[in-house]
Amino acid sequence: MDLSLLPAFVIMLIIYLVLLLLALLHVAYLTYVERKIIARMQQRLGPNRVGPRGLLQPIADVLKLLHKEDIIPSAVDRPVFLIAPLIALVCGASGLAFIPLWDKFVLSNLNVGLLFILALSSLSAYGVILSGWASNSRYAFLGALRASAQVISYEIAMSLALLSVVLMAGSFNLQEIVRAQAESPFKAFVFPQIIAFFIFMVSAIAETNRVPFDLPEAETELVAGYFVEYSGIRFALFYLAEYFGMVIMSGLAATCFLGGYLGPFEIPGLPFFWFLLKLYLLLFFYIWVRATLPRYRYDQLMGLGWKILIPLSLANLFLTALFKLWL
Amino acid sequence: MSSPLIEITAKKNSSEAIVEPFYLNLGPQHPSTHGVLRLVLELDGETILRCDPVVGYLHRGVEKLAENLNYNQTIVLSDRLDYIASVANNIVFALAFEKLFNLKVPRRARLLRTIVGEMARISSHLLWLATHALDIGAMTVFLYCFRDRERLLNIFEKICGARLTHSYVRIGGVRLDFTVDIVEDLYKFTEEFPHLITEYETLIDVNRIWLKRTKDIAVVTPEEAINLGLTGPVLRGSGIPYDVRKFRPYDAYDEVEFEVPVGEKGDTYDRYRVRMIEMRQSNKIIRQCLDKLKETEGEPVLAEDSPDLLIPERVREPEPKPHPKRGFIFTGREVSVVPVGEAFASIESPKGELAVYVVSDGSNRPWRLRLRMPSFVHISAIPELTKGHMIADLIAIIGTLDVVLGDCDR
Repeated sequence: MDLSLLPAFVIMLIIYLVLLLLALLHVAYLTYVERKIIARMQQRLGPNRVGPRGLLQPIADVLKLLHKEDIIPSAVDRPVFLIAPLIALVCGASGLAFIPLWDKFVLSNLNVGLLFILALSSLSAYGVILSGWASNSRYAFLGALRASAQVISYEIAMSLALLSVVLMAGSFNLQEIVRAQAESPFKAFVFPQIIAFFIFMVSAIAETNRVPFDLPEAETELVAGYFVEYSGIRFALFYLAEYFGMVIMSGLAATCFLGGYLGPFEIPGLPFFWFLLKLYLLLFFYIWVRATLPRYRYDQLMGLGWKILIPLSLANLFLTALFKLWL
Repeated sequence: MSSPLIEITAKKNSSEAIVEPFYLNLGPQHPSTHGVLRLVLELDGETILRCDPVVGYLHRGVEKLAENLNYNQTIVLSDRLDYIASVANNIVFALAFEKLFNLKVPRRARLLRTIVGEMARISSHLLWLATHALDIGAMTVFLYCFRDRERLLNIFEKICGARLTHSYVRIGGVRLDFTVDIVEDLYKFTEEFPHLITEYETLIDVNRIWLKRTKDIAVVTPEEAINLGLTGPVLRGSGIPYDVRKFRPYDAYDEVEFEVPVGEKGDTYDRYRVRMIEMRQSNKIIRQCLDKLKETEGEPVLAEDSPDLLIPERVREPEPKPHPKRGFIFTGREVSVVPVGEAFASIESPKGELAVYVVSDGSNRPWRLRLRMPSFVHISAIPELTKGHMIADLIAIIGTLDVVLGDCDR
């Protein structure tokens, strides 16, 4: 056995662990920031009890959820019920590995990174469907049906929007896409692909089941939707998956449309600065939308997806292809 | 077992069809059934084929309880009916009893009642807007409405000490006069409230999703509305300008000027508009009454011949080691000064027409008290309105009818 590889392996493992911890902390504090921002918009205080300005609130929440009893109702399909939240979280979170945080920093520089992220996010729909099916509850079942229909139909619009970007860049590799943006006269694909950007943002909100497309978990209709039977840490896993989804979709939008880690100038010592700035801005957009808009109805949501977004993104794709051909 | 459940089980056993509808038991514990309403739904996908409301989870037997309490004590029961606007219930009880006793209420008391009645209307409509918006998904409107309802509740607290169950109205008048402080607060509130309504409207009135969710949902034609027995804003949303305040003015409504808004199509959006305009009109009424209060400065707020004999004369002194409840036991004289007869009174409560029919046998307790609560009638209209709509619409319909289960089950 060649032991010379061991130190490199250990170092990689440590990097992974640090990154995972960082990602988890980001997601945990995203919940805190969301609560604080929405509270500000709604003229409340938000969390302010645990720690200074409530800063320790997410940690307290996680600890509380870990302590809670993991209730498994007797009527559920046990193995599927247990594994569904893991599917949702793993598929939701592993997409982070492909998003380039910096020129020299991307965990897995896959040639088809973009496709892989899309595939993973479709797979995470399985977690939702399986949890709804296994729960053996009518609310959960309705929620899962809504979620699967919604994720599948909005995936098409989203993929078509991203395909226009791929046409512009000529690569599925996210690093290449960023580089192509740097070389293009616009510096970011958001300017030539403004339609694709909007389609992507709308579908990303639908894909992550956020307001105004939060039908699968519509609190006032389906109580909690597909995870109504879950409790304790398994419930938290679904929550984590949702927030990971938000982060990944925002990261993807930042990478594909806003020029990724590139900024107008380098900031020495802070290599991730521009990427994080764009990421946070997009996340703020998510939260802002949540505080503003009411919820769509199921058929209206489907109508929006199939009758407006998909034709629009198709037309955009053809236009992009034609321009690519002629120019 | 309730009838819908029997029906479902019966269908399950006998049905030979392969296609079985999807049954969903919505409530009684559900975040948007506004209390403990239970709806048994027969679904085809998301579309509602049949909807069966089951009520009675909040039944407290108020009508029967009232037969064992004297007239003034029933006012306290009335608080618990429609607990969102308890003053409206107080008023209708007091009006019925005053008719029975042939009492003349002083003008100042009538003005005060009108003010608190309209305050209750605004606070009820604010709560309705909050929950209706929340049901449709607009969380921010919910909190804005609660913020402003809080101001009204604070004023109520200054008026009578209670925020929700006021018991402010007495037979023959009201319990206490307004202080200068309260009048100032109300002037300030009426000044600012129209701008606050505009604030809510900017959030939802031009919102495409809101319009999509409310326009053409649960359309009630005028004929249907009358056949279903709908009253209040729901009836006016269908275009029928029926308002008890205009048709049979009580209290000080004949002295004030206000408009009765009506809708055109009778859909959820029209009912929303009607209630928004009603809040503005209520604001106007409060304003006028406050101005008129100055003319009646120093007048009594309780009729001289009001049956204060029925108010506990004295309260037993606490004994050295009193039972915690002992100090409040009624020890007043039980006298029968009440004329034999019957009386009926109805008012325009925030939810609809609220009516009381009382029969007296001459004792100081009502022999029979019958209540006509709008929420009960409105809930019975849900099956008719939801036919062919989707689950999400059902939630909007419950919201637009503005039902309170304490009002329905009594």
